[in-house]
Amino acid sequence: MDLITPAVGLVFWTSLVFIVLWVLLGKFAWGPITKAIKDRESSIEESLRAAEIAREEMQQLTANNEKLLQEAKNERASIIEQANKSAKGIIAEAEAKANEKSAQLLEKAHAAIEAEKKSAIADMRKEAVSLSVDIAEKLLRKELSQKPSQDALLAEYVKDVDLTNL
Amino acid sequence: MFVFGINVAQASDPTHNDNNHAKEEKEFNATEMIMHHIKDAHDFHIAGDLSLPLPIILFTDNGLVTFLSSEFHHNDDGHVVVSKNGANFVKVHEKIYQLNAGVSHAEFDAEHHIINGVSPLDFSITKNTFSLMLSAIILLVIFMSVASHYKKGNQVPKGLASFVEPLIVFVRDEIVRPNIDPKKYERFLPYLLTIFFFVWLNNLLGLVPFFPGSANLTGNIAFTMTLAVLTLLVTNLSGTKDYWGHILWMPGVPLPLKPILAVIELVGVLTKPFALMIRLFANISAGHIIILSLFSIIFIFKDAAWAGLSAPLALFMNILELLVAFLQAYVFTMLSALFIGQAVEEHDHH
Repeated sequence: MDLITPAVGLVFWTSLVFIVLWVLLGKFAWGPITKAIKDRESSIEESLRAAEIAREEMQQLTANNEKLLQEAKNERASIIEQANKSAKGIIAEAEAKANEKSAQLLEKAHAAIEAEKKSAIADMRKEAVSLSVDIAEKLLRKELSQKPSQDALLAEYVKDVDLTNL
Repeated sequence: MFVFGINVAQASDPTHNDNNHAKEEKEFNATEMIMHHIKDAHDFHIAGDLSLPLPIILFTDNGLVTFLSSEFHHNDDGHVVVSKNGANFVKVHEKIYQLNAGVSHAEFDAEHHIINGVSPLDFSITKNTFSLMLSAIILLVIFMSVASHYKKGNQVPKGLASFVEPLIVFVRDEIVRPNIDPKKYERFLPYLLTIFFFVWLNNLLGLVPFFPGSANLTGNIAFTMTLAVLTLLVTNLSGTKDYWGHILWMPGVPLPLKPILAVIELVGVLTKPFALMIRLFANISAGHIIILSLFSIIFIFKDAAWAGLSAPLALFMNILELLVAFLQAYVFTMLSALFIGQAVEEHDHH
C-alpha cells in the first residue's frame, strides 16, 4: 500500500517547488511572454486592418482616377466636337461671306461695265456727231466755194428773213 | 490500467521475499523489481554500483537529523544502522525507521515489519524530490531565456522561443480560453501554464531510462495529490457567489431537495480534484509498470532471445507513453481549467 500512500516529505517538497516555480515563472516568464505574444497579435491585427483600409483607399483612388480619366475623355470628346462644330460654322460663314463678297464684286463689276459701256456709247455718239459735222462742213465748204451757190444761199436767207419785226 | 497498478501493488507487498535477501543467489522477482523502480528512493542509482547520494532530512524526537543516504551503503533491509544525534536509523524498503532508544539492531516480525522502531517525519531529498527540483530548474532556464528574448524587444520568436511559443499559444487558445470567461482567463493563465509544462516535463523525464531521468514523479500519489489540491484551492478560492450559491443552495429546485443537493455538490467539489489525482498517478504508473513488465520477460525466462519480443513491445510502449505524457499533461490542465472556469462563471439569472 506504499504506492498509494502519499509521503509527507514529497508533498511538502512538491508544494514548495511548485509554488516557487509558479511565482517565479508567473513573474519573470509568463508575464513577458504572453504580453509579447498578445502585443504581436494585436499589432498583426492592426496591420491587417490598416492594410485593408489602405487597400480600400487605393481602390477608391483608382476608381477616382478612372472617373477623372473618363471625365477627361468625355471633355476631350466634347471639345473636339465643339471645335469641329465651330470650324464648320466658321467655314460656312466664311463661305457665305465670300459668296456675298464675290456677288458684290460681280455686281460692282457689272455696274462698272455698264457705266463704261454708257460712257463709251456717249463718246461714240459724240465722235459720230463731230464726224458728221466735219463731213457737213467739208460738204458745205465745197458747196459754198462758187459764187452762184453763195448768192443762191444768200438769197434764200434773205428771203427767209422776216423783216416785219424790224 | 489503474486496477492493474493496484493489483501489482498488493501482490508486491514487499515483505515476502526478503528473508533470502542476504543470499547471493536470488530468484528474479519481477514484482519486486517493478515496485522498486516505480517507488521513490533515497539515493539515485546511476549505473552499476554508482549512485548519487542524496541528503536525508528527518524530524525526530531528538530534533532535526541530516546525513547523506550513502551512509546506508545501499542497504535496504534494515541491517545497516546509522547513528546520528544519539539515535539509530535503519532503512527498509526505502522507508527510514528510528530504532527505539537503546536498541542497536532492527528486529522484525514474521511479515518483516520492524517491531522496535518508528518512522520519523521524512523530508529527505529523495530521487523524486531531486527530479522535481531538476525539472523546476529546467523550466526556469527555458522560460526565463525565452522571456528575455522577448524582453529585448524581439517581436519574432527565434530558437527556443519559436519552439515553446506554439505550446504556450496552444495552452492559451485550446485549453484556457475555451473554458474560462474571456474577461478572467488571464488571471489563471500563469497557474495553468505552469501546471501544463511542469506535468509534461516530469512525465517526459520519467520516461528517460537513465540518470537524471527515470524517477516516477508524476506517477507518485504524493505529487499528483499536491497538484490536485492546488487546483482545488485555486478553483474554490476564486469561486464566485454564483458558484457557491449553486453548490450550497441550488436555485430552481424544490426546497426539500436543496440540502440534499448541497451535500452532493460538496462531495463533487472534492471528487473533481480526486479524479485528477488518480488519473495522472494511475496513467503514468501503469505506463512504467507495463514497460518494466515487458523487460522482466527476459529475466523471468532467463533467455536473451526473449528480447526479440520484449524490446520491440517496450519500444512501442515507450512511444505510446510519449503520447500519454503529453496527453495527461493536457488532460490535467484542461480539467483544471474547466473546474476553474465553472467556478468563475457569471451565470445569467434564470
